[in-house]
Amino acid sequence: MTTIIRAHDLAKSYPNGKAIFSNIGFDIASRERVALIGSNGAGKSTLIKCLIGLLPSSGGEVVTLGESFRSTPSVAQLRRIRRQIGFVFQHHGLVSRQSVLTNVLQGKLGLPGGWRGWHHSIAKQQWREEAMQALADVRLLGKACARADALSGGQAQRVAIARALIRRPKLLLADEPAASLDPAAGHDVMRVFSELTQEHGITLVYTTHDMEHALDYSDRMIALKAGRIFFDRPTAQVARADLKDVFDA
Amino acid sequence: MANLVGRMIPPNIEPGFLLRVFWRMIETFQIALVGTAIGVVLSLPFAWLSAKDLTPLGPFRHVSRMLVSLFRTVPDLVWALLFVSAVGLGAVAGTMTIIVDTIGFCGRFFAEAMEDADKRPQEALFAIGARRFSVLCGAVLPDAMPSLINTTLFALEKAVRSSVVLGLVGAGGIGQELKVAFDLFQYKNASTIILVIFVIVVLMEFVTERLRSKVQ
Repeated sequence: MTTIIRAHDLAKSYPNGKAIFSNIGFDIASRERVALIGSNGAGKSTLIKCLIGLLPSSGGEVVTLGESFRSTPSVAQLRRIRRQIGFVFQHHGLVSRQSVLTNVLQGKLGLPGGWRGWHHSIAKQQWREEAMQALADVRLLGKACARADALSGGQAQRVAIARALIRRPKLLLADEPAASLDPAAGHDVMRVFSELTQEHGITLVYTTHDMEHALDYSDRMIALKAGRIFFDRPTAQVARADLKDVFDA
Repeated sequence: MANLVGRMIPPNIEPGFLLRVFWRMIETFQIALVGTAIGVVLSLPFAWLSAKDLTPLGPFRHVSRMLVSLFRTVPDLVWALLFVSAVGLGAVAGTMTIIVDTIGFCGRFFAEAMEDADKRPQEALFAIGARRFSVLCGAVLPDAMPSLINTTLFALEKAVRSSVVLGLVGAGGIGQELKVAFDLFQYKNASTIILVIFVIVVLMEFVTERLRSKVQ
């Protein structure tokens, strides 16, 4: 299997020098579904952003999608990495006054010729078809013309997934994608993530502090505690007691 | 003062004069409308260049901000005098004045509306490599649109009021007619013009207020 992400001795500190995490090392293979778990403030979100150069690391090396960098990738590397990834944030980040279809098409921004993703009215016909397919994949085809602010939290997050999928990414990263949703909507969003990434052969890395989401939708768990990797093992080998240890102070 | 008001009553309502006032008022409205339209379009790049976190100019955004401040702080009558000197008497000078005045007004408020736009969609688009201009068009402008429309309507209202006065320095419109009326001591004509201006400005405020209430 191809390695999609390699982190070696990765570290990140606050400006005052206090470490957020250090000595982080792992390889993530293609098509893996990896849950980065840890309590609030464990550094999961920071780590996931360091892996794709959204935040500079303070030490160590990262190789993401074949691009090797220390601290921050070069502009050209960053562009190449971003073309191959999708990112879903805790808040869906949809443009509330735009239609759902336009929001999905905006996933094309950043790709060559992507400016036509500004609005569905100027998008290529092929892109519109892809967007409709992505909406069908997340079971929201009937909402294509609705305004994003008319959606529920779970629906909005599924649109954010569709926006990520339309990029045909090799790697999909999600930062607490279900944290602001009720349990049912949270599971629904995670199920969509899990099914679609498997179906499209996409590597999935997501952060969560929900034990159920980690157990049900990942192949592997990397647990962070006190700025270190607490354990890194296949999900099948993780017991609930191990998870309790991660979240206990 | 009472003497002056007495000489203004009753207003002149001769059909020939009213027709002339009507066409002057149309010209005034044209100056305001065209000036505002061009000014609003030109305000957008100024606002983008001035907006913190969105500008591609980095710290040099202050140059754009200062330029907008200059347009705003110099009174419109001064701009009108400059443009009358540059392009001569008439509506063109008036229109140019309204353009500059609108950039000064809208440039500032558009920039603030852009800065206040929801940051989360912007972050989501930047994360996937969208360029600043794409983020502006895709996320910032749609989010700021109600505010931009409101500011535009205020600018139009303001432009109608300004364009009335600009005629006093020869920049076209109804103001020119008003100046002639006062210069020739035709106070009954002047009172008619003042009443027409009042009606138009109130009407304008009513229309823009209705439009603003429809903007969500």
